[in-house]
Amino acid sequence: MQKFSALALLRHAFGGHEGWRPQWRSPEPKGTYDVVIVGGGGHGLATAYYLAKEFGISNVAVLEKGWIGGGNTGRNTTIIRSNYLFDESVALYDHAVKLWEALSQALNYNVMFSQRGVIMLAHNVHDQQSLKRHIHANRLNGVDNEWLTASDAKAFCPPLNIENSMRYPVIGAALQRRGGVARHDAVAWGYARAADALGVDIVENCAVTAIRRGVNGALEGIETTRGTIETRKVGVVTAGNTSTVMAMADLRMPLESYPLQALVSEPVKPIFPCVVMSNTIHAYISQSDKGELVIGAGTDAYVSYTQRGGLHVPMHTLEAICELFPIFRRLRMLRNWGGIVDVTPDRSPIIGKTPVPGLYVNCGWGTGGFKATPGSGHLFAWTLAKDEPHPINAPFRLDRFRDGYLIDEAAAAAVAH
Amino acid sequence: MSAPFRLGAGGRIDRSRKLRFWLDRKAYEGVAGDTLASALLANGVHLVGRSFKYHRPRGIMAAGSDEPNALVSVGSGSRFTPNLRATQVELTDGLVAQSQNRWPSLGRDFGALNDVFSPLFPAGFYYKTFMWPKSAWKRIYEPKIRAMAGLGRAPTLPDSDTYTQRYAHCDALIVGAGPAGIAAALAAEAHGARVILCDEQAELGGSLLAETKATIDGKEASAWLSDALSRLSHSPNVRWLSRTTAFGCFPHNMVGLAERLTDHLPSPSEGRPRERLWQVRAKEVVLATGALERPLVFPDNDRPGIMLADAARQYLARYAVKPGTRVVVVTAHDQAYRAATELAEAGVEIAAILDIRQDASGSWAEQARGAGLHILSSTTICATSGRHRVSSVEIAPVGRDGKVGPRSRLACDLVLMCGGFTPAIHLFSQARGKLRFEERLNAFLPDGGAEGVRCAGASRGIFGLDAAIADGVAAGEAAARDAVGGGVEAAHSPVPLPKDLDGRRLDPLPHDRSPHRVKAFVDFQNDVTAKDVKLAVREGFRSIEHIKRYTTTGMATDQGKTSNMNALGIAASALDKPLPDVGLTTFRMPYTPVTFGTFAGVARGELFDPVRVTPTHDWASAHGAVFEDVGQWKRARYFPLKDEDMHRAVARECQAVRQSVGVFDASTLGKIEIVGPDAAEFMNRIYVNPWSRLEPGRCRYGVMLREDGSILDDGVVGRLAADRFHVTTTTGGAAQVLNHMEDFLQTEWSGLDCWLTSTTEQWAVIAVQGPDSRKILERLVDDIDLSAAAMPHMSVREGHVCGVPARVFRVSFTGELGFEINVPADHGRAVWQAVLDAGFSRSLTPYGTEAMHVMRAEKGYIIVGQDTDGTVTADDVGLSWAIGKTKKDFVGKRSLARPALSDPGRKQLVGLVTEDPELVLEEGAQIIAEEPTASHRSAPHKMIGHVTSSYFSATLGRGIALAMVAGGRRRMGETLYVPMPEGSIKAVVTNPVFLDPEGKRLDA
Repeated sequence: MQKFSALALLRHAFGGHEGWRPQWRSPEPKGTYDVVIVGGGGHGLATAYYLAKEFGISNVAVLEKGWIGGGNTGRNTTIIRSNYLFDESVALYDHAVKLWEALSQALNYNVMFSQRGVIMLAHNVHDQQSLKRHIHANRLNGVDNEWLTASDAKAFCPPLNIENSMRYPVIGAALQRRGGVARHDAVAWGYARAADALGVDIVENCAVTAIRRGVNGALEGIETTRGTIETRKVGVVTAGNTSTVMAMADLRMPLESYPLQALVSEPVKPIFPCVVMSNTIHAYISQSDKGELVIGAGTDAYVSYTQRGGLHVPMHTLEAICELFPIFRRLRMLRNWGGIVDVTPDRSPIIGKTPVPGLYVNCGWGTGGFKATPGSGHLFAWTLAKDEPHPINAPFRLDRFRDGYLIDEAAAAAVAH
Repeated sequence: MSAPFRLGAGGRIDRSRKLRFWLDRKAYEGVAGDTLASALLANGVHLVGRSFKYHRPRGIMAAGSDEPNALVSVGSGSRFTPNLRATQVELTDGLVAQSQNRWPSLGRDFGALNDVFSPLFPAGFYYKTFMWPKSAWKRIYEPKIRAMAGLGRAPTLPDSDTYTQRYAHCDALIVGAGPAGIAAALAAEAHGARVILCDEQAELGGSLLAETKATIDGKEASAWLSDALSRLSHSPNVRWLSRTTAFGCFPHNMVGLAERLTDHLPSPSEGRPRERLWQVRAKEVVLATGALERPLVFPDNDRPGIMLADAARQYLARYAVKPGTRVVVVTAHDQAYRAATELAEAGVEIAAILDIRQDASGSWAEQARGAGLHILSSTTICATSGRHRVSSVEIAPVGRDGKVGPRSRLACDLVLMCGGFTPAIHLFSQARGKLRFEERLNAFLPDGGAEGVRCAGASRGIFGLDAAIADGVAAGEAAARDAVGGGVEAAHSPVPLPKDLDGRRLDPLPHDRSPHRVKAFVDFQNDVTAKDVKLAVREGFRSIEHIKRYTTTGMATDQGKTSNMNALGIAASALDKPLPDVGLTTFRMPYTPVTFGTFAGVARGELFDPVRVTPTHDWASAHGAVFEDVGQWKRARYFPLKDEDMHRAVARECQAVRQSVGVFDASTLGKIEIVGPDAAEFMNRIYVNPWSRLEPGRCRYGVMLREDGSILDDGVVGRLAADRFHVTTTTGGAAQVLNHMEDFLQTEWSGLDCWLTSTTEQWAVIAVQGPDSRKILERLVDDIDLSAAAMPHMSVREGHVCGVPARVFRVSFTGELGFEINVPADHGRAVWQAVLDAGFSRSLTPYGTEAMHVMRAEKGYIIVGQDTDGTVTADDVGLSWAIGKTKKDFVGKRSLARPALSDPGRKQLVGLVTEDPELVLEEGAQIIAEEPTASHRSAPHKMIGHVTSSYFSATLGRGIALAMVAGGRRRMGETLYVPMPEGSIKAVVTNPVFLDPEGKRLDA
């Protein structure tokens, strides 16, 4: 792997940057792998990286139907935080935040993790009760989250409207200072480059067409558009398309796939210093390093696999943004897009084994998977390597929907990711 | 100060109306009909902006919405708007514009140092550095990068304009009012279709506006245009919208239009909306969106004074502006010859026409040759110079072997380039139409697949005025036939591509310089060069989506209108793949940026979300009530007297209810009337409770679950007759509960014969609660026996209150004897007054939701959503008694059988009292079992529950709380700990019913 640094840039500048080599190879798939990861998004690539880096398993392929990072990794609003309610969730997401904090250095790839602080607004007494519950629970779990009065929130985020003339005035907020944003594409590319350097084959334009199982039901291999691959372990990390991939192994998943839209404004000079989320009036917003306001909200109402949604959804989002930040009304939407999110009944992910021996799944991240990318990859790699879950992901098993041990963040908090 | 580059005649401008405007505090003069760009060019101003990354001086490159360079901020104060294209800003008198992304001035910009060090900043350089030392990212690198990035400044004052929205339906929506679009509109209208025609420009006409010589149907093009518009404007079936951009295509032919209403007016009248969003549902859509001219990629192709050739022709023809005095044209397409010829006719010196192709034999080229213009075929540009405006170019012949010959220098002040035309297929692609690559045009063309959407004219590769009009007619007729039927049998199929418009240059022009040293721009605004695209490919980015994201090509505010095809061509060469195999990036809405306010419309302040108020709202308001938002409702939270705070007001209100009587507006509670022969069976299925044996006239507290077994909602239900139930829900849950019920009734139990009707707003509900409540009611009710024997707790009677038909419930959420009077909402205010009058002598006290909360907590009554969340079962909150044990099924029953739902470790509702009676726990505070030792701050702690409700009870003289605690019912009397930042609070677990556990007061 060519080391990235300011010095390397300088050195290569003299050669007209002709000396840079591909950040990851473009190998033909081999006939056999120890582990095959299906899905070349951030979670899948991170899984492959940690398999090679932490568990010494480098005979690994990541198969991607299109181009890596082209699904939700490249479509999300890049918010990172860990101020979840339940112990299980906090452990999961804070594991990720800790990895984020050293990720650029670990990968030698600047993923631009920016701990700008995430504010969640309270607009009524119920919001306040809910956010306080989070704050107290987070504090006792050793995770930062603090209560701000409306004027504290305004001081932290000057564009915020806290006037009483608002339909739902801001009465306070919860702030996680360690939360923030990162450069989503760089996460996929950084993991791909580092995993590739450790021997992982990243195979793009390679769709899985069948999952082969032996007489005992255990996994034996997969068929792809680029040939048959023999393997005893497959990890499926295909987000919105998890149900369709798992159906190839005759598994019906407790998932529904919805379009989730986001949008950006034209770039402007720095004006917005943090991330602000409002669940009550449905919007979240931050400003990218490039200067665009990055804005998102809830999913469309109907299940779909098409990566677009209805106009009324971004309209409603922008109503909320203009209400919260009246100085942004004259800014303009530059681009709107959609991705497909896979939603579980309890809005928490599934990371673990399946009833098919050798088949593992990491899915159900819904609207909030990006923030978990490093932690998710690390825990899934552990699970694949040891054939048992790490204590952190043990509660996030598939069969919790059978016995009822749910981790119901959405129900408990009704807070969007 | 008159504009030196304005011609004395011609153009679609009004020279008699002079307009004064400013750019960066320098005053200029333009005329009515100008855009900011044309007015600047008329004044000889080319330097208008600075590029995003290298801060290179930039001029006006295009004439329309594809302009990548000339971005300015316009206006001031609450109307300051950044990032507008000078080519789209209509000039008004007094217009104030500022250049962007430069400091201290446009001429001298310190940011231009980036250009000097640009070898260090190739595509994606930021991924490779700024990582050491780690802490510097947050403190130094990121703030610096952010300060350098961005284009204009954001507004700092709230927008003072308003916005509006409309819906419309039509048979044929025609997007683009150029020759094809107008022809389509005429044809569709003639065949009886209701037509909407829209165009992004101020004037309809598209390319016709720059046709000075052509004739159509024997008329001058401009005359044909005005005749056509006159015909359209007289038709009752046609609505045409100028300054209106069709920005997005959505499923089922819903098209979003953004209409700009006031920006072109010097002083818009107060209150007139600035923009209007149209949501048009069209049976058929015709996209006559034209084609976008492509720049050529050659070294230093970005200097001010280097323009698209046809853009220059438009400035000449439409605005009578000479964009330069001595011109070098470089082209790979015949259209540039037309620009050169027309400029020459206007007296502009054409130094040379360089054609990168070996021969140009089309009709435009012949005309240029005939006009004696100096044409050099197989010639390229190796260099340009001029700091703030191009001053010369170095040209060189290209041999048949591709070798670049010796250079020569040509002085000039304008370079026109033309790399061909890219059909504007954005909307077609958004509509999920299929595209095919047409080799002869080096362009993607529509290829079916979008139902009810067809393209016409240049947007599907049909160039030339006559062909475009013929194609428009065919498309309009076909759309009318498909939308309204009739006898038209129009075939709308491809016509042969005219040979002389063949243009096929997507590669950079050859030159003799080191490829590492030159900057040949592909994406002008984002400063992406040909070598950046090649670097991305070298670094392994093979998908065009990756190349886009790594280099940022096509991600600027023009979304790649001028750059995408060139980037794709360069990428395809670098990858050594056929161009179609590299693929296209996805076209997304909006076609051009749309104002946030346009999407938000009138939704601001009070209109952001409907405000729902009860019939007594004005009375409460007049009596000093402090309101809280509960869902969309405004509810009176408490009624402070004089200088009372909430604490004292609530204590007083509670004491009044406990000691005598209080009155409360409960109208916000959701109400659903369930009627029909199967009403009871429906109730049995949707609630956990059994309903079959509830007698008419009696009430029952009902609980309903989600499918996962958690509590969805609760409320008292009265049975009015064997086939009629009056259901109440929580205030916030009303809509959700009705949806839940309808969902099951319509999809799971469609055989059940019953109807659900929301009656929330039909009834005003006045709760009279307290020991004296009966005495008050008795004065108002004639035909209901309110005695304890005749009307026990949990019963309902229909009768009259104050002569108004009423349903009177004997129910209580306070634990006191109480009644809830339901009267038709229109009578609510009058009956409220009658209750107040009747209670005057008994000091009847109005109370709000806060007192209601305290009193219900004293009784251990839960509030769904506060004491429960989506994880709590009926048993968890002590409501398992409500479950009909013998019922075969109800929603959620199956889930209750799951092991986790009977786990002994589940959290259960308990009461908590603090050791210090004055202390009120914080709602949301967490609970632990062990006393924290050394430091309570040390985490993690094992949390066993949390405080759900907590108040100071004036009645009990102490703080009380409800909490959900793991195994709580087994912990009665245990001391638990609530660790707060200031210290840990001891609290003892109690029964959640703090007051009158036997319920004697209820049965009074």
